[in-house]
Amino acid sequence: MSSRDTILPLEIHRLVFEIDGTRLLHDIDLTLAAGKRTVILGPNGAGKSLLLRLSHGLLEPTSGEIVWRGAGTRERPIRDQAMVFQRPVMLRRSALANLTHTMKVRGVPRAERHERAHAALALAGLSRLAERPARAMSGGEQQRLALARAWTSEPQVLFLDEPTASLDPAASRSVETLIGGFHAAGTKIVMATHDLGQARRLADEVVFLHKGRLLEHTPADEFFDNPRTDEGRAFVAGELLW
Amino acid sequence: MNTLANAFMQAGALLAGFDADLLEIVGLSLRVSLTAVAVACLVGFPLGAAVALFRFPGRGTVSLLLNTFMGLPPVVVGLLVFLMLSRSGPLGVLGLLFTPTAMIIAQSLLVTPIVAALTRQIVADLWREYSEHLRSIDAGPGARLATLIYDARFSLVTAALAGFGRAIAEVGAVMIVGGNIDHATRVMTTSIALETSKGNLAAALALGFVLLTIALTVNLVVQVSNTVATRKAALA
Repeated sequence: MSSRDTILPLEIHRLVFEIDGTRLLHDIDLTLAAGKRTVILGPNGAGKSLLLRLSHGLLEPTSGEIVWRGAGTRERPIRDQAMVFQRPVMLRRSALANLTHTMKVRGVPRAERHERAHAALALAGLSRLAERPARAMSGGEQQRLALARAWTSEPQVLFLDEPTASLDPAASRSVETLIGGFHAAGTKIVMATHDLGQARRLADEVVFLHKGRLLEHTPADEFFDNPRTDEGRAFVAGELLW
Repeated sequence: MNTLANAFMQAGALLAGFDADLLEIVGLSLRVSLTAVAVACLVGFPLGAAVALFRFPGRGTVSLLLNTFMGLPPVVVGLLVFLMLSRSGPLGVLGLLFTPTAMIIAQSLLVTPIVAALTRQIVADLWREYSEHLRSIDAGPGARLATLIYDARFSLVTAALAGFGRAIAEVGAVMIVGGNIDHATRVMTTSIALETSKGNLAAALALGFVLLTIALTVNLVVQVSNTVATRKAALA
């Protein structure tokens, strides 16, 4: 992963997103650099998921720019990214086939697919369940499988949209460990969450959204110890609900 | 009342004795309808999935036509195919009229809209669920289509069986383009019509039983396959 030229940094300039004339994101300016784990924080409805989807390219901005500035940027930057959703999308196939399907779509040679899939399953602690239909797995197992699936793509950037929001604490912890594995391998982590504890554990820097506006983009320590805005202070204190 | 009871008994005897003519008729029925369904699936699965998946001009119209053609009257389809295949028709040189091939063509036309319309609905539902993931891994149009058709495979079996139920039970199209020729194009439904009009109720009833049995089997298969599918992967 490190030998490749990177697509980072990501530059977002005056990003606006509207649905049916309702403005959901207001003039977002944001630069995300390689290395640091970025956690997008904010109460429900702040626009965290939208910002992730726009950055990843699943949604088209109403106006503004989203540009990957890195020297390694290819024609389709989405090919160097992966995304894990709050409710993982599990194909109606075995756990193993979920991974090989993604690799096939991504153009991984057939001969390599099985070995890489098994390595990823082992990493996610799912080797035992390789032949299990993915949709018959528990929520925590499915989310780990989604991360293993992302792993097989060797992404430069991994977007995570509240990956542990519907998991119990133990399952959340194992998902966090896997996210740490991506970080250690050099993948840029961009994660949305409203879980303050998780943000404290994982964040190197915090992007704080509130009502569709970017209020803070600061190192994690600074955000948690000394937020710059009233909304940030209220959110850290657990008082800002929406 | 006596006639009816008599007919039932004769029908039982025909079936129990594996009457050669009866078997031939049943065999041809199955061959024609199964082939027609196979053709309909080859066309209908990708067509229905493409309508569900891709935006193109006239997509709404295609969707409307598919739904409308689900209820296409078999005699009308038969008539159109007859006109195409008759000696003076555009495809008359092929000499296909009054052959099983003509019957397969007619039934394929009848069944394809059913398979395609059901496929469109099934795939559209699945696409809603898969869309973000498939776009996230940058799957191209072909890969999206293949993934959705494969993952909808259990539901698509139901669509195919719905088409088969339509094909095996229709009489209008095969009568017109096949002509109900003994030992050549006679199938269950056409001979039921013929035997009934001849007053030969026993033979008609025997064929009716076979037809009902096949319908029952088809529905049983649908039910079992759905149950298995649901259990197999907690799919629902």
